[in-house]
Amino acid sequence: MARLALMPMLLAGAAMAAPPDATRQDELRHLVRQDCGSCHGLRRTGGLGRPITPEALAEREPGDLAEVILDGLPGTAMPGWRPLLTEDEARWIADYLMKTETE
Amino acid sequence: MLKAVLAALMLTITPAQADELRGTGDLGLIVERETGSLLVVDRSERAALGRIEGLGDLSHASLVYSPDERFAYVFGRDGGLTKVDILTRQVVRRVVQAGNSIGGAISDDGQLIAVANYEPGGVRVFDAETLELVADVPMGSKTVGIADAPGSRFIVATWDTGEVWIIDHSHSPAQPGITRLKGIGANPYDALLTSDGRRYIVGLFGEKGLTQIDLWQDPPEVTRFLPDYGRDQPDMPVYKMPHLQGWTLADGVFALPAVGLHQLLWVDADSLTEIARTELAGQPVFALARPDRREVWVNFAPPDNDKLQVVNTLTHEVLDTLTPGKGVLHMEFAPRGREVWLSVRDENRVEIRDTRSREVLGEIEARAPSGIFFTDRAHRTGL
Ligand code: HEC
Repeated sequence: MARLALMPMLLAGAAMAAPPDATRQDELRHLVRQDCGSCHGLRRTGGLGRPITPEALAEREPGDLAEVILDGLPGTAMPGWRPLLTEDEARWIADYLMKTETE
Repeated sequence: MLKAVLAALMLTITPAQADELRGTGDLGLIVERETGSLLVVDRSERAALGRIEGLGDLSHASLVYSPDERFAYVFGRDGGLTKVDILTRQVVRRVVQAGNSIGGAISDDGQLIAVANYEPGGVRVFDAETLELVADVPMGSKTVGIADAPGSRFIVATWDTGEVWIIDHSHSPAQPGITRLKGIGANPYDALLTSDGRRYIVGLFGEKGLTQIDLWQDPPEVTRFLPDYGRDQPDMPVYKMPHLQGWTLADGVFALPAVGLHQLLWVDADSLTEIARTELAGQPVFALARPDRREVWVNFAPPDNDKLQVVNTLTHEVLDTLTPGKGVLHMEFAPRGREVWLSVRDENRVEIRDTRSREVLGEIEARAPSGIFFTDRAHRTGL
């Protein structure tokens, strides 16, 4: 049931296998702030999940982070976002997390 | 349009005069998480009266009221504990008491404010008048689901260590008695105390099942139940932790949001066994009984957070699916259930609906609203 409901999103995601355009980037920024924010904090300074600010992630590879975002961290509360995000979008978010300070 | 102009005008009339004589029983506060502010609202007028600013990071913020319904204590994500006066609409006191906190509670005598912290993990208890630290109870773990139990007690669960702690301030506020219950289960994600103060129910994220603590027994009795409740597959993504606060006991039955599944579970409160399941439109976050308990209203995690579903308590059927708008984060019922206020975060408004006809009765502009809290909460246990 849960999986079925996600199917349309998955197809929509697959159709957009390209770096996110400006509109989608806005949506992704919003997703990071609000939906990731529910566990990592609005300012990404941590909550149930750890801090994911540029300082906290300074030593990390964006490719690895994109994988964490897509597949989650099994055994923890970090969910995989593959049903909702394309690989390019996850990579864009990884770069965004590493580069952009929160206000 | 006219309404919007009026609302905008009203917001500029601050601060209020304390000598404008009025009651607070129909007032409320709406958390504006992006701007660190609170909107003071009047339920009878269905309007905003003004704004209180300067409360820091209010993502995931919650608040409790003083027994006289004049002051609110606001728990911010940034560890801030702020006391505000809803009549004068001012910050009375503010302390940043920890690095990262998740919620709080007020003791049944109104004297103590307890804050549950993630960082450093544990509970800190403050004097309700002065916000001075009264007791510090480190727990070495993130804490969740704090509630006020009768008799100057607080009860809380620990995420990392799977314990429940009961902090009893009845003998000496500064040297509380501690009861520590171990082996509650892996990663409690939230908990609820029933309004009679008897049952503390802990939801587990790290394993299946739920745990009930019966506070009427001495020592408190720990019971595991619903051994199949939980994530079906370990890798099932859960995009937002469900909230248990507000799972109300309706007609001897609990309505519980399933973790990760698109389902509501109905559990007989006496036998603690499942009696039914309702298929829902998404992963449930809040499942709140309307105050008359005749219906349970459910909102959802992303990507279904534009919807609400209304479920019949007796038949367990979905009666209605409403689509208020993007980011329906919170629902608050008028104390006697006549209307419900919904925060529609991404549309910067609060929508007011009739709980029977489901019609929209009004709308209030708010900046990225999340929690809505009416003052009648001052007189309810376990919030
Ligand atoms: C339901 C809660 C939850 C949500 C929602 C969530 N995360 Fe996480 N996340 C976690 C937890 C918990 C961890 C830490 C796991 C651990 O190591 O214990 C984590 C870890 C991470 C890490 C790894 C950090 C590191 O130092 O290795 C990244 C990156 C991350 N999350 C990004 C995101 C992004 C991006 C989103 C939104 C698309 C998101 N998370 C949404 C709970 C969540």
